[in-house]
Amino acid sequence: MKPPRFLYCDPDTLDAAVALKAQHGFDALMLAGGQSLMPMLNMRLASPGVLIDINGITDLQRVVRTDDVLEIGAGVRQSAIESDEQVHAAVPLLARAVPHIGHVENRHRGTVGGSIAHADGAAELPCIAVTLDAVIVVRGASGEREIPAKDFFQGFLSNACAPDELVVAVRFPVTPAAAGTGFVEVARREGDFALAAAAVQAELDEQGRISRIAVGLAGVAATPVRATAVEDRLTGAAADPDTVAAAAQLAADVVTTGDDLHATAAYRKHLATTVVMRAVLAAVADAEQRTQNGSAS
Amino acid sequence: MTTTENPAATDTRTITLRVNGREITRTVSTRTTLADFLRDDLDLVSVHLGCEHGVCGCCTVLLDGQSVRSCLMLAVQARGHEVETVESLSADQTNLHPIQEAFAEEHALQCGFCTPAMVLRCKEIIADGRTRTDEEVRREISGILCRCTGYQNIVNAVQNASRRCASTGQEA
Repeated sequence: MKPPRFLYCDPDTLDAAVALKAQHGFDALMLAGGQSLMPMLNMRLASPGVLIDINGITDLQRVVRTDDVLEIGAGVRQSAIESDEQVHAAVPLLARAVPHIGHVENRHRGTVGGSIAHADGAAELPCIAVTLDAVIVVRGASGEREIPAKDFFQGFLSNACAPDELVVAVRFPVTPAAAGTGFVEVARREGDFALAAAAVQAELDEQGRISRIAVGLAGVAATPVRATAVEDRLTGAAADPDTVAAAAQLAADVVTTGDDLHATAAYRKHLATTVVMRAVLAAVADAEQRTQNGSAS
Repeated sequence: MTTTENPAATDTRTITLRVNGREITRTVSTRTTLADFLRDDLDLVSVHLGCEHGVCGCCTVLLDGQSVRSCLMLAVQARGHEVETVESLSADQTNLHPIQEAFAEEHALQCGFCTPAMVLRCKEIIADGRTRTDEEVRREISGILCRCTGYQNIVNAVQNASRRCASTGQEA
C-alpha cells in the first residue's frame, strides 16, 4: 500500500509540463490533486516511470468568465469551485454537483482537470461536462486543441488525449438566466461514488412547456452518457409530473453497467429512471422560479 | 524552486515545510507519502494509517488549515506548506485544548483510532463559528470512518467544542 518507485518532477510552467509529457509519453502520468491517482499508485494499479506534478503551475489555476463561456483551469481545486459565487452564477449545475464529489477532504485537493482527465463514468464533473456540452482544452507538443466533451470520454477511465497531451482547461457554456437546473445522486453512503446520478438543465417556453432540455447520467455506463431519448420525448412536452415520469422511464435504456458489487443492473436501471425524474422535476421547478423572479424584477 | 525549461526528474528531494509551527527541512524519497513522512521521519504517530487509499480518513491532517488525506499526498508536495497534526493542540494532559476537553467530556472515542482525524476535522469545522445542526455535523465528518461506530458522541463533541470555543472566544 505504498507507491511504487518513480521519478518525480514539478515543472512550474505549462510549457515545461508539456515538454516533459512529450519526452516521456505514456511512461509519464500527470499528478494533479491525486485523489484518484494516489490510490492507484498505493494499490500498484498504476506504475508510471515518471510523475509530473502540475500543482505548481499557476497558469492552470485560473477561472475566467466571458459573456458566454466559463473557463476553469485544470488545476483549480474542486473546493474552490464549491465556494466560488462567480461559478455558481455562471454554471449553476456545477454548484449543485460539486458537493457530491467524494468528501470535503477530497475536494480540498481534487482538481477540475484531474477529475475530467481521469474520466470515471461515475464521477460528477465528467457528467456535467457531457450534459452541458463543455469543451475540454488539451495541449501537447504540437499545440492546443479543443475536444467536445462527448468525444473526450472514450471508455472506462479512457480519454481522448494523445500520449503527449494534457488537459489544461474546461470550457463550460454559461447557463441562460432563465434555465433551471437539477442534480440528483444516489450513493450508498455520503461521499461514495454514484450508483446513479442525473444532471438536468431545462428551459421553458411561455406556456410552461419544456423548450430545451439536457439530461446527463453518471454511474450507469463506462462513460457519462446523455439520455437523448428522454430529451427528445420531453422537448416541447408539458412539464407535469406524469409526463416527466413517463419520459424518465426511457433512461433505463442507457444503463449498460451490469451487475456488480454495488448494485444489480436491474436496480441501476430503476435508479436511473428515478434520478432522472427527480432531476427533471427539480430543474423545471427551478426554471419556473427563475421565470417568476425574472418577470417580477 | 527554480524555473527551468525541463526540470530534472528525481527520486529524492530536499523539502522545507512548516509542521505544527516549526520549520522542518528533510531529504525525502519522492515516493514517500506525507502520512509516512509525518509518522516515520517526524515521529508524529497521531497520523493513523487505516486503508492507505483514501477511504477511511484516519490519516487526515490540516494542510494550510484545510483537512486533507495525508496518504493521498506525497511528502514532496507539502514543501512550502503548513501542516498541522493533532500533536499541535496540546501535549499536556492537565491542560488540554477545548476540542480535546469536549471529546473527553462527551466520551467521543472508543478505540481512539479515528480520533486524531476527527479532532482536526472538528477544528476546521468549528473555525467559522457557525452553529450547525447535528445533521450538518454528520455530513461534515462523513469523510472519516469510526469503526467503533461511535458517531453520536463524536457529533456531540463537535457541538460541545463549538460551544466552548464560541463562549471563550478562543479561536479553534
